[in-house]
Amino acid sequence: MKTSILIPSGVLGLGFDKAALERGMDKNPDAICIDGGSTDSGPFYLGTGTSKYSEAVTRSEWKDLMLARAHANIPLIIGSCGTCGTQQTVDWMYKLTCDIAQELGQSVRIARLYSDQNQDHLVTQINNQNISALPPLNDLHATTVKRCTNIVALAGIEQINQALDTGADIILAGRTTDTAIIAALPIQRGAHEGAAWHGAKIGECGALCSTNPTSGVIMIEFDELGFTVQPLAQGACCTPHSVSAHMLYENADPINLTEPGGSLNVAEAVYTAVDERCVRVTGSQWIPGTSYTVKLEGAGLCGYQTSALVLLRQPHYVANASQWCNKLSTFLVQQISERMNIASSDYSLEFRLIGVDATLGNLETQNSLPAEVGVLMLVTAQSQSMATDIARLCNPFLLHFPLTESESLPTFAFPYSPAESERGAVYEFLLNHVLELQHPMDAFKLQVEDFSA
Amino acid sequence: MTTLAEVSKNIRSKNAGPFWATIDIFFDDKQHFEHASQNLQTQVVAAQLQVAENQLKRFDLADILVIKISFPRPIVQGHISDRDMHGAQYAWLLSDIPLD
Repeated sequence: MKTSILIPSGVLGLGFDKAALERGMDKNPDAICIDGGSTDSGPFYLGTGTSKYSEAVTRSEWKDLMLARAHANIPLIIGSCGTCGTQQTVDWMYKLTCDIAQELGQSVRIARLYSDQNQDHLVTQINNQNISALPPLNDLHATTVKRCTNIVALAGIEQINQALDTGADIILAGRTTDTAIIAALPIQRGAHEGAAWHGAKIGECGALCSTNPTSGVIMIEFDELGFTVQPLAQGACCTPHSVSAHMLYENADPINLTEPGGSLNVAEAVYTAVDERCVRVTGSQWIPGTSYTVKLEGAGLCGYQTSALVLLRQPHYVANASQWCNKLSTFLVQQISERMNIASSDYSLEFRLIGVDATLGNLETQNSLPAEVGVLMLVTAQSQSMATDIARLCNPFLLHFPLTESESLPTFAFPYSPAESERGAVYEFLLNHVLELQHPMDAFKLQVEDFSA
Repeated sequence: MTTLAEVSKNIRSKNAGPFWATIDIFFDDKQHFEHASQNLQTQVVAAQLQVAENQLKRFDLADILVIKISFPRPIVQGHISDRDMHGAQYAWLLSDIPLD
């Protein structure tokens, strides 16, 4: 049996070509699947349980997809709702979905799949030796679990299929692997498992596997032997190279991809051009694991930050920016200690020289002289008020600090007032571990509602 | 002296999850790929990235004319000391590596 999955784009909120979506819907897909998240934008979103995308844009794109779904009467699946896939962002998508259904007069069955993990439960799992570290991290300790503000587990196809089995029209999944939402239905309907996971990996970023990466919409047809991928925007093509090269993307290993319940191996995959736009892939292998494991992601608070930016234009200071910064830093640490009675262990003070090495830090190998240097100061402390107060002490020195005592007092450029900006809470990723489950649903929760307009 | 940038079509880098980064070096043809595959020293790449050589995973993929190098991020993505959230600038550190 063939199963066609329409993928509107790499992530909800990024935009897609509406004409291409329509063209895809004309080909009678069996489901519409779209990713809603990633760790790629940093730990803030998981730390706070919020989405990085605009609510208005998300609403508008989701409305288009809900209309397309209702017209074709097929499931619409989103994974990793609201960037991080926490309960909070699944419920945010649920509210948007109900609002849109009301507006459109749609009656829909909505399944919510929650991926959130309870801290105490995870500590028990550590003690039961059911959690192991992925390199480069070491064994997980209870204190690290307790530091996380949110922890999610990445669901696989089993949890998505459980949601499909409820007869849901719309599945709002918490954190899942990018591939699981696409691979679930084809595997349930008997597609080749290796092909299903491989096709899902190729399709998870939408048209990124084509010659027109930003065009969004693609369709993948799965069967018992392989899969065929085609982009739907005018002029976009999939070639054996554009498709096979996508295994490289955001992937440490281009041959093996670990998923809940096993791993995909594409060493023997064969990519064949069907015509100038479509590529057929066979030979991918699914290797079932000896146990069922899911990956954990967690983020925790690491302080509150206040930043300031000052611009050096005077050639003498541009040429000696690093030296100036080192002197200023030493001076400020002393001032903070003497005048504020705050020990250096209670905060971090960092300077980044924009135009010198702000991007690569000590890895930078170039040393040509720029016209100007931006000095980005970052203060991180246990409270926002402490971080801002430290930045305020630093303010006049950022503006006037002389390189040597013999020279006249310089004045640098503050681009705005006030010079300091509160960045709020800052988070860090703390987990890179896997949790072994006896049953795939053990770490997940499914909730189903019938919404009537 | 020939540099990696001169021989390759494109060098890109990106996070592969918060704890790893990966660099993909694309080549136009077999000849350039093979030249780089034979002459690019993993040890030199490791030194540029300040990562221990045995931490680097290298894949020379002749089928798609790509050399892929993955490594644990020297600073975890989004840590307060991280300077490049998406890890896309590591690529530039490889441009000037000599191949002769």
